Amino acid sequence: MRYFLRFVLIYLIVYSSNVLAAWDFNMPIGVTNTSQDIYGLHMTIFYICVAIAVVVFGVMFWSIFHHRKSKGAQAAQFHGNVLVEIIWTIIPLVILVAMAIPATNTLIDMYDSTESDIDIQITGYQWKWHYKYIGEDISFFSILTTPQEEIDNKVRKNPNYLLEVDNALVLPINKKIRFLFTSNDVIHAWWVPDLAIKKDAIPGFINESWTRINKVGTYRGQCAELCGMHHGFMPVVVQAVTESEYEAWLQNQKTAKLAETASAQKQWSMDELMTTGAVVYEKNCAACHQANGLGIPPVFPALNGSAIVQGDAAEHIDIVVNGRQGTAMAAWDTQLSAVEIAAVITYERNSWDNKTGDIVTPADIQAVIDNK
Amino acid sequence: MYEQTKTAHHGPAKGLMRWILTTNHKDIGTMYLVFSLMMFFIGGTMAFVIRAELFQPGLQLVRPEFFNQMTTMHGLIMVFGAVMPAFVGLANWQVPLMIGAPDMALPRLNNWSFWILPFAFLMLLSTLFMDGGAPNFGWTFYAPLSTTYAPPSVTFFIFAIHMMGISSIMGAINIIVTIFNMRTSGMDLMQMPMFVWTWLITAFLLIAVMPVLAAVVTMMLMDIHFGTSFFNAAGGGDPVLFQHVFWFFAHPEVYIMVLPAFGVVSQIIPAFSRKPLFGYASMVYATASIAILSFVVWAHHMFTVGLPLGGELFFMYSTMLIAIPTGVKVFNWISTMFKGSMTFETPMLFAIAFIVLFTIGGLSGLMLAIAPADFQYQDTYFVVAHFHYVLVPGSVFGIFAAVYYWLPKWCGNMYKESMGKLHFWLSIIGVNLTFFPMHFVGLAGMPRRIPDYALQFADFNMVTSIGAFLFGATQLLFVYNVIHTVRSGKKAPQKPWEGAEGLEWTVPSPAPYHTFTTPPAASEK
Repeated sequence: MRYFLRFVLIYLIVYSSNVLAAWDFNMPIGVTNTSQDIYGLHMTIFYICVAIAVVVFGVMFWSIFHHRKSKGAQAAQFHGNVLVEIIWTIIPLVILVAMAIPATNTLIDMYDSTESDIDIQITGYQWKWHYKYIGEDISFFSILTTPQEEIDNKVRKNPNYLLEVDNALVLPINKKIRFLFTSNDVIHAWWVPDLAIKKDAIPGFINESWTRINKVGTYRGQCAELCGMHHGFMPVVVQAVTESEYEAWLQNQKTAKLAETASAQKQWSMDELMTTGAVVYEKNCAACHQANGLGIPPVFPALNGSAIVQGDAAEHIDIVVNGRQGTAMAAWDTQLSAVEIAAVITYERNSWDNKTGDIVTPADIQAVIDNK
Repeated sequence: MYEQTKTAHHGPAKGLMRWILTTNHKDIGTMYLVFSLMMFFIGGTMAFVIRAELFQPGLQLVRPEFFNQMTTMHGLIMVFGAVMPAFVGLANWQVPLMIGAPDMALPRLNNWSFWILPFAFLMLLSTLFMDGGAPNFGWTFYAPLSTTYAPPSVTFFIFAIHMMGISSIMGAINIIVTIFNMRTSGMDLMQMPMFVWTWLITAFLLIAVMPVLAAVVTMMLMDIHFGTSFFNAAGGGDPVLFQHVFWFFAHPEVYIMVLPAFGVVSQIIPAFSRKPLFGYASMVYATASIAILSFVVWAHHMFTVGLPLGGELFFMYSTMLIAIPTGVKVFNWISTMFKGSMTFETPMLFAIAFIVLFTIGGLSGLMLAIAPADFQYQDTYFVVAHFHYVLVPGSVFGIFAAVYYWLPKWCGNMYKESMGKLHFWLSIIGVNLTFFPMHFVGLAGMPRRIPDYALQFADFNMVTSIGAFLFGATQLLFVYNVIHTVRSGKKAPQKPWEGAEGLEWTVPSPAPYHTFTTPPAASEK
C-alpha cells in the first residue's frame, strides 16, 4: 500500500509538472475579445468557488479534528439559529448577483451579430463540415485527413492527430464575421475553443454567432454534439490570415473553381474515373459503407455484391444523387460534383467483387440532376 | 417496545415463490437493492470498456459504433437501473420502519412495480445482440439521431423506457400514499425523519416528470413508425422541441437521483455527531425549493442550441438560484458536525465524503450555470466530470452510506468495519483519480462521447482510466463485505450506533418479517 501511494505521488508530481508546462489543463484564453471575456468569467467564478470551498471545508475539517469523540468532545445540543441561517442565505445571493452582472454583459455582447463584414454558412453533415462564403460563390467541404493507419495504431500519430482537415475555414483577422449554422442530417455542434464559439447546427433551423479574430494562426476544434458513429472524427480547423492574404485566397479559390468546371466537360477514361472514385469513396462513403464495401448491416448496407450496385446503373445513380428517404443515405448532388459522383459510382460498380465493367460519365449524372 | 412474539408464526413463504409473490416491503426492498447492485456492475462493466478504449489515443479495442452503444447503455443502466432502484429499495425498507407503519400502503402494487424492472432491463440489454446493435445515441437520445438515424433496436428501447416509467410512477404513488396515511399517531409531517421527507418530495417529482419522459419517447415512436414529424424539421417538426421536453423530464430527474441521498446523509451525520440535525425546518424547505426550482431550469442543458437572449438569461439566473437552497443544506450538515462528538464509522465516512465531493460537483455546476462560460464547457469532459461528481460520490456514496448504516438492522449482523473502511478509502482515491482529471481535459477542449482523442489529452485520460479500474475493482470488496455480513457476520445489537435515532432502532435486529403491526408511539423516536 505504501509503495503504491508513493508511486501514485511520484507519478502525479512528475505528470503535473509536465502538464503545468503545457497549456492544456485549463480553458484557453483564446484570440477574440469574447473568448478573453469568457476566460475572465471562468477564472472569476472558479476563484469564488475555491474561496467558498476553502471556507466551508475549512470549518468542516476543523470540526472533524476538534469535535471528535476520541478527543473527549461533548456534543452540544443546539439545532438551529435563525440569524446564522439568514446570513448564509443572503451572502450567497449577493455573490450570485455580483457574478450575474458581468455574465449578462458578456452574453448580450455575444448575441449582437449585427453589422458583420463577412457572412459564412456552416452546415453540419455526418461527418464533415461544409462552409459557404455567402456572396462569394465559394463553398467547400472540410473533411478529416488523419490516415486510418494512425487511428488503427499502425503508424505513429502526427501532432495534429484527429484535428486536421483537407480544407480549413480561412478567415481574415480584425473583421466581424457572422456564422450561420444549420445541418443536413442530425444535430452537430461547431466548436473552436480559441474563438469561444460553440453553436449547435440543427436541421431545419439556422443559428447565429459571430467572431472577430485578433491574431493570425490556426485554431482547431471538434464537433461537440454526438452525431453518430464518427462524431469523434469531424474536426474544425480555422485558419486566420491577414486581410490581404484572405483576398488572395479568395482569388485562388475562384480560379480553381473555373478549372473544375472545365474538367467536367472533358472525356473521362475508366482509369481516371476509378482513381478519382477511390479518393471520393474514401472521403465520403467509407465511413458507413466501409473501405471493404461490406457496410455495417442493417443500418449501413453492403455495396459489395449488392443487387443495386451490380444491377441497373440508373437505380444506382438515383440513390446516390437523390439519397434515400428515412435513412442515413444523403442526396449527394448537393455535396459532390457530377464528376465526383460519376467517378464514385464507377468505382463502386468495379471494385471488390463487383465487376460490371460499366463506365458512368459526368454527363450521365448531369442529365439526372438537370431532370430533377 | 416492540414484541416479536406476536407475529412470529407468520414468517415468509419458502423458496422462489416467496420472492415472486411477496408483498412484504422488506422482501421487495431487498430485491430492489440486489437488482440495483447487479445493474451497477453491468453498467460498470460498460464503463470499463469505455475507459479501456480511452486508455490511449487511437482505436484499440472497440469500433466507434460499439463505443457509442457503450456510452448510451452505461448512462441508461446507471440512471434507471442502478441509482433509481437502489433508492426505491432503501425507501421500501426504511420508510415503513421510520414512520412506524406495518408495510407499504399498496403492497401488491409494490410487488408489480419491482417485477416490471427485470423485464424492462432484459429487453434493454437484449438490444446489444440485435442487428444494428443497441441504442447508440447517448442516454439523452436527441432526435433526429434517435429517430430517423437510429438503429432498429430503438423501438425496444422505447418500450423498455415505458416499462421503467410505469414502475417508477407506481413506486412513487405507493411512497406518497404510505407517508401520508400510515405515519404512526403523533408523527406530524414536520416530525418525520429527513430521509422520509426527501423521499416524499422525490416521489412528487417522479409523478410529475415520468409521464413527460413517456410522452417524449411516444412521440419518437410515432415519428419512427407512424409517419408523424414531431422532431423532423422536414415535416414541420422541431428537433429542439425534443430537447425541451426531454430536459423538462431529465432535470428534475437529476434531483430524483440525489434528494434521497440528501435524506440519507441527514440521518447519518446527526447519528455520528451525536447531535440533532441543525436547521430541520430549513432542511425541509430547502429540499422543497430545490424540487420546485428544478422545474424552471431545464434549458440550462441547452445554452448552445440557440435560445433567444431572454431565455438564456432566465435559465442562467434560475439555475444560479439553485445554489442557495443547496448551500443551505451543506451549511446545515456542517453545523450539525460543529461542536458534535464525532466518530468515523464507515457510514459516517461515506457521508462526509458525500458532503465534500457533492459540493465540488455543486460548485462546478455553478460554473456551468454561467451561460457565456457554458459555451466553452457544454458537451465537454468538464460536464462529464461535473455530473459524475454529483452522481458517483453523490448518489452512489449516499447509497453506500445507507447500506452500511442500515445493513445491521436488515440482516441482524454487523459488517466488517476494517473492510468497510478499506472500501471507503480505495473508493475515494479511485473516484477522484477518475473524475478530477476530467475537469482538465474538458477545459482543454475534449468533447464528451468520443471514442478517440487528440494527443494533448492522452496523459489525463490514462490517469482517469487507471482511477476507473481501481474504483471498479474496489466495489468487489463491497459485495464481498455485504455477502459476508449477511451470511456470517457478528450479531448486531438492536441499535448498533450510539447516536442513532428513529423508530427503526426500536425493533430487533434483524427486523422481524412483520414490524409495527400495532403503531408505536411517535415519541419513541
